[in-house]
Amino acid sequence: MATVVLLAVTGLGLAALYFLVASGLSLVFGLADVLNFAHGLFLSAGAYVTWWASSWVALEVALLLGVAAGVLAGVVVELVLIRPLYSRTIEQVLVTVGLSLAGVALLQAVFGADPRPFPRPSWAAGVVPVLGARIPVDRFVLIIAAALVFLGLMAFLRYTRYGLIVRAGVENREMVSALGIDVRKAFTLVFAIGGGAAALAGALAGIHFSTVSPATGSSLLIFAFIVVVIGGMGSVPGSALAAVLVGLLQQFVNYYGTSGAGDVCVVALLAAVLLWRPKGLAAS
Amino acid sequence: MRRFLPLLVLAVLVLLPYSALFNAPGTLNLLALCAVFAGLAAGYDLLFGRTGLLSFGHALYFAVGVYGCAMLLNAGLSLLLSALLAVVAGVVVAAVLGAVALRVDGIAFSMVTLAFAQVGAIVVARDPGGLTGGEEGLTVSSGIPSFLVGVAQTVNLYWLALAYLTVVLVVLHRISRSPAGRVLAAVRDDPRRVSVLGLSPYRFKVLSFVVSGGLAALGGVVYLMIVGGASPHVASSDLTLTLLVMVVLGGPGTRFGPAIGGALFTFLDYKLTGYADRLPGPLSQPLFVLGVLFILAVYFFPGGLAQLRTRMRLPGRA
Repeated sequence: MATVVLLAVTGLGLAALYFLVASGLSLVFGLADVLNFAHGLFLSAGAYVTWWASSWVALEVALLLGVAAGVLAGVVVELVLIRPLYSRTIEQVLVTVGLSLAGVALLQAVFGADPRPFPRPSWAAGVVPVLGARIPVDRFVLIIAAALVFLGLMAFLRYTRYGLIVRAGVENREMVSALGIDVRKAFTLVFAIGGGAAALAGALAGIHFSTVSPATGSSLLIFAFIVVVIGGMGSVPGSALAAVLVGLLQQFVNYYGTSGAGDVCVVALLAAVLLWRPKGLAAS
Repeated sequence: MRRFLPLLVLAVLVLLPYSALFNAPGTLNLLALCAVFAGLAAGYDLLFGRTGLLSFGHALYFAVGVYGCAMLLNAGLSLLLSALLAVVAGVVVAAVLGAVALRVDGIAFSMVTLAFAQVGAIVVARDPGGLTGGEEGLTVSSGIPSFLVGVAQTVNLYWLALAYLTVVLVVLHRISRSPAGRVLAAVRDDPRRVSVLGLSPYRFKVLSFVVSGGLAALGGVVYLMIVGGASPHVASSDLTLTLLVMVVLGGPGTRFGPAIGGALFTFLDYKLTGYADRLPGPLSQPLFVLGVLFILAVYFFPGGLAQLRTRMRLPGRA
């Protein structure tokens, strides 16, 4: 029982990371049709800025700086690189691919290829007993952060004017433009949100894994892609549901099966969902 | 006369080792790698440039060729049989996975191929049953005929790689001239029209995927001969991304563009790695330089190297 609880909470923690990366990816894709390979770079930006700032200021402040760096990175990438190429989907993907290759190489040149130890704050250290299992606190930090981001995103999408524009744009972008609304402002906005969420994921992943390395971004990004496809592109609740499924499946199978079997199961789940429901779980 | 230009270039490439300038094992090894990646990039372009499918999983079929052949050789099979089985395995894997992945199109297809290839990378890295050697990879200890082993025989490896490149280019040329090749171009440009005409775009996409996967597996076998072993890098998504960069730099959908892009990229990557100590800061990372170059290429010469000439001839019209 204790093992099951520990695995479940750890799986949910992993799901929280996936969700933070996938939610922005999904919104960006749903609204602007951009498959953003550079999303892992936003994550790394958050992780490295937090790591760098944490030697000067308190980790909480460093975390905020990291998220700000992710938002900034998202906005700059959108304005400078993606905007001139709108409606040319393939070129956009290519530019983000180039950016991800160059970005990881840049990180390696600046910080080195080896993992760096990431500081762990006192509020994320220690364990809590839950149903007889001793659960490390950092899992709960991940889950709470992801839940807050989820609620915040849902509230933003449902109750604000820009949220309405984003939702309408995901449904039918041409119609929103035809109504005289500048959809491109919403593009910048979703890149900023996605960049911030990914940066938060990066910093929290640093706390969770106790290290940060240039490769963290791309390894999380691939599972985030899977989550986005399973959940249905452009749907935040779909991403949340898919992230939970993927995180739990991966954690349990990796523990009870051989190492790596969980990752293979996740891809099998992806294949099954595609055969059964090509548009993802959230599609009506 | 222009019809014979490719043959002339091929003749020059075949005779290259007889020149004192190129007849050094290091140079020939680099040229052999350039030829293999030129062939791989050209094979990848069958999907990307000619059928309009953006696959992020091409490394998987290459890795099936590399690891499949290495494992069979180590199990004691002859080179010919191992190579044949590895290519067949590549074709079968491409057929099965392609049939699933092509049920979705556009960007979703890209993501699914990426996910499938990721499984390959994970399996290779986790070393199931001691088959793949994990992080260390595999070295081939026996089974390679003596004319392909040793520094003095590098010239044979070069010719082998050149033969692979020629096979790929001839296959692609035959396909693009055949009715099926025309349908592939039509699938790229307007799949709806293809289905209105009573043809199934799905079948032709699977065909393109399988041929491309088979060529990649064959390239894997040749790569194994040149390098003498398999390393987990060949299964990584980075390899697919570099193939994509090669094709875009060279010119997607053109006859020789992707091959030229592949050769040039491999050459630059090698040379930049060699100069890494002398270059300052981020310039010491080859992928940084090549990534930036790639982004600039997407913006400023979208047709790649192959269309540079036409662009220069028609200023302002391209």
